[in-house]
Amino acid sequence: MPDLLAVENLSAGYGEAIVISEVSLRLRNGEALAVLGRNGTGKTTLLNSLIGVTRRFGGTIALDGRDLTQARPEQRAAAGFGWVPQERNIFRSLTVEENLTAVARPGPWDLSRIYRLFPRLEERRRNLGSQLSGGEQQMLAIARALVLNPRVLLLDEPTEGLAPIIVEELLRTLKRLVREEGLAAIVVEQHAHKVLAITDNAVILERGRIVHAAPSVELRSDSVALERHLGVARTAGGRRAAPSVSL
Amino acid sequence: MRDRAEALILRRARWRPAEYVFWLLAFAALVLFPDRHLILNEIAILALFAVSLDLILGYAGLVSLGHAAFFGFGAYAAGLLAKHAVAEPVIGLVAAGAGAALLGFATSFLVLRGTDLTRLMVTLGVALILGEIANQAAWLTGGADGLQGVAMDPIIGVFEFDLFGRTAYAYSLVTLFLLFVAARRLVNSPLGLSLTAIRDNPLRAAAVGVPVNPRLVAVYTVSAAYAGIAGALLAQTTQFVSLDVLDFHRSADVLLVLVIGGAGYLYGGIVGAVLFRLVQDLLAGLTPQYWHFWIGLILVVLVLMGRERMTSGVAALARAGVDRLRPGAGRATKELRP
Repeated sequence: MPDLLAVENLSAGYGEAIVISEVSLRLRNGEALAVLGRNGTGKTTLLNSLIGVTRRFGGTIALDGRDLTQARPEQRAAAGFGWVPQERNIFRSLTVEENLTAVARPGPWDLSRIYRLFPRLEERRRNLGSQLSGGEQQMLAIARALVLNPRVLLLDEPTEGLAPIIVEELLRTLKRLVREEGLAAIVVEQHAHKVLAITDNAVILERGRIVHAAPSVELRSDSVALERHLGVARTAGGRRAAPSVSL
Repeated sequence: MRDRAEALILRRARWRPAEYVFWLLAFAALVLFPDRHLILNEIAILALFAVSLDLILGYAGLVSLGHAAFFGFGAYAAGLLAKHAVAEPVIGLVAAGAGAALLGFATSFLVLRGTDLTRLMVTLGVALILGEIANQAAWLTGGADGLQGVAMDPIIGVFEFDLFGRTAYAYSLVTLFLLFVAARRLVNSPLGLSLTAIRDNPLRAAAVGVPVNPRLVAVYTVSAAYAGIAGALLAQTTQFVSLDVLDFHRSADVLLVLVIGGAGYLYGGIVGAVLFRLVQDLLAGLTPQYWHFWIGLILVVLVLMGRERMTSGVAALARAGVDRLRPGAGRATKELRP
């Protein structure tokens, strides 16, 4: 199967600072990739570089065979990147429905389908973005990316700062999007155990470089790699525990 | 998507009863205040000018201290056209609007760059340049003496301008109404929603697929056309154009109008124009030499108290009144709140 997304030797950062160096990724249709790493390793910068809001120092980005290396952010979104930012960043002075209508593009993901996926958003459709809870804002951020009818969803720490029950609900939704709807996705997460269960492959970033790449199912049981790169394989009591998520 | 999105657009675009009352009153003023048509005409023109600024400031978040550039350009275009070529007012309006739109399109690329401060300076600079050009080109504009000899034909060959401003007010009000309806449709369309998204955060808007710069260029051009038409109305209804139309105070006044009435909901410009002109008229009558002092004081109080706080207080009172009249409505509203 040809690659949907091909990132070759991408180096990027902000101002004069290079944050990610020579990162190469490949993503096929319907494939989900977890990007893991500790704080400050360049995970968000990688996504920001894909959507075109960083300074590129080298490398190329192609989506579905189309070179997007020089494309502006709105051109990348039109080409198929659906970005769900870390801080949700919904438009606070628009209602839920207006947030979606303002950016919607023709395609299978329409408002009715969005509301079937997130019934809570339909209940809240006339509420301003500023009136939503954190979980609802996250749902709206994902919904806003979906109405772009993207080829690849780019999710930046989607569970950050949410209550555990909301996290469970969101992960179930993400799993459905990836496994049942067949959407390609790159999910940036600091907490490996949450994301490895819903992705096919994973890469680990350290100091802006990919230091480990493996199928998610392998990495879940590779306590050595998890311990070495993320420090998550060993529990507080010193007992080894493979990360697990029940969805 | 289309059905639900269209339903949203239709719901947003639906006229509310208060709006019908508002416009009925505006048209009723034609017969209710027969001796106030001249000031009503000024209010209608200022309101249209404020609506044009609201499109870029209230919706797209583009600040401008030089919006008089388009107003003045439209005024001179309409005046010169009437003097040298066609004296039919509607043709003059369309031509002035088109000319101002071209100027707006050409200068829009300057305001795309930089931050608010840069935009303030660039827009101010464009207005100053145009003002000086109008001043120096006295052979064409009349310079400091103003453009004399502007005589208008009857509107569409039927309605003669009269000394008391009746036709002028009706003409300006109809123009304001038609352009208001168009602006209302624009801001309630997906394009209008995306302008609000851009105002909230341009970088974020671009990252979710909104073509930020083309949309800003589009709304700036439309806004310039509106301002040009407002200027043309002034030139046609007063049959005179002076350098004053390009002056800094005109840009500052319209900003003040929007601060008073509130930016980002179109009616703010109209309400602000009514209040500004009436207060100005009242204060000028009470203290002809110091009315600027009082206007300044009102502005300071408005900004410090927060107009939003005042209007939200009035809205809360109105909601409470409605809830009291309709038991159950309040409960439903509260249930929807987070």
